[in-house]
Amino acid sequence: MAGTALRGRLTWQVAKVAAVADETASVRTITLDVPDWPGHRAGQHLDIRLTDEDGYVAERSYSVASAPGEPVAITVERLDDGEVSPYLTDELRAGDDLELRGPIGGYFVWEPGDGGPLLLLAGGSGIVPLRSILRHRERTGSTVPVRLLYSSRTLDDVIYRVEFDMAASGVEVVHTLTRHQPPGWAGYARRVDAALLAEVAWPAAGTPLAYVCGPTSFVEAVSQALVQDGYPPQRVKTERFGATGGT
Amino acid sequence: MEAVDGNAIGGLLLEVFGTEMTDAPSVCVSCGDARQVAELVVYLRGPGTVVRCRSCGSVLMVFVTIHDRTCVDLMGLAVLG
Repeated sequence: MAGTALRGRLTWQVAKVAAVADETASVRTITLDVPDWPGHRAGQHLDIRLTDEDGYVAERSYSVASAPGEPVAITVERLDDGEVSPYLTDELRAGDDLELRGPIGGYFVWEPGDGGPLLLLAGGSGIVPLRSILRHRERTGSTVPVRLLYSSRTLDDVIYRVEFDMAASGVEVVHTLTRHQPPGWAGYARRVDAALLAEVAWPAAGTPLAYVCGPTSFVEAVSQALVQDGYPPQRVKTERFGATGGT
Repeated sequence: MEAVDGNAIGGLLLEVFGTEMTDAPSVCVSCGDARQVAELVVYLRGPGTVVRCRSCGSVLMVFVTIHDRTCVDLMGLAVLG
């Protein structure tokens, strides 16, 4: 049933927080010094485990935000009713310890050899693994064309905004702001739907490869629309975060 | 409770099976739907972790962890890995 080539069991280890940096009012990137990190692939995640003073344990998965070869970083959105994220975004400081295991995932990953053109579709904090893919593309010198369609509530909620404003050659970034748009906003101003995808997505005939990540409802709507548009289901990779951040 | 997908249990599966499983193939006993584990429907917040078929909704896998011991039920799967 399980593969025969067993690798070492995944074990929890203690990492040290190297740095924290605010991305938006509710989103923070945490760079980690992980003593025993075997290296990750673009798109993978890790699990964080917090243990309360009374022994209560909470685990959550976070996508790795950095590219392979870069220091391990996660980008966390604070959920006001969350058990884990408010600690990570509000309490954690450089020098603190953090228990984690990883890297994890062999499905929602991208390597330059996987081809394209790439269509990256993010809802809210679903941008995080796609940012790792984008950085990996740039660091490996890949010239595969990329379109990133990124849905956020408002301009202030756009994570990695400065980075995306200086997008690498061959990368087109298209924003849609679903809740509020600044004066003079020229981008899209609605949820991602079939009509919007028809304008932005690569034609299905060109063997595009799509990665869709975000809240479950976003991923379901977008992936179904792509398949209806002619994308082969196996070329539409999906990762659902549940009802977390807004889009 | 909103579902996520099989990506979210990559760590759990790696712990249980000792190998990366999110890209492994699976086949539902009830309807024969074949899908990679990452694409299955996953409910995390119950007393255990429940994995359902994206096609027919049947329960494929259940995981319950107590004191670092994980009980695994794979009765809904015809094929895994």
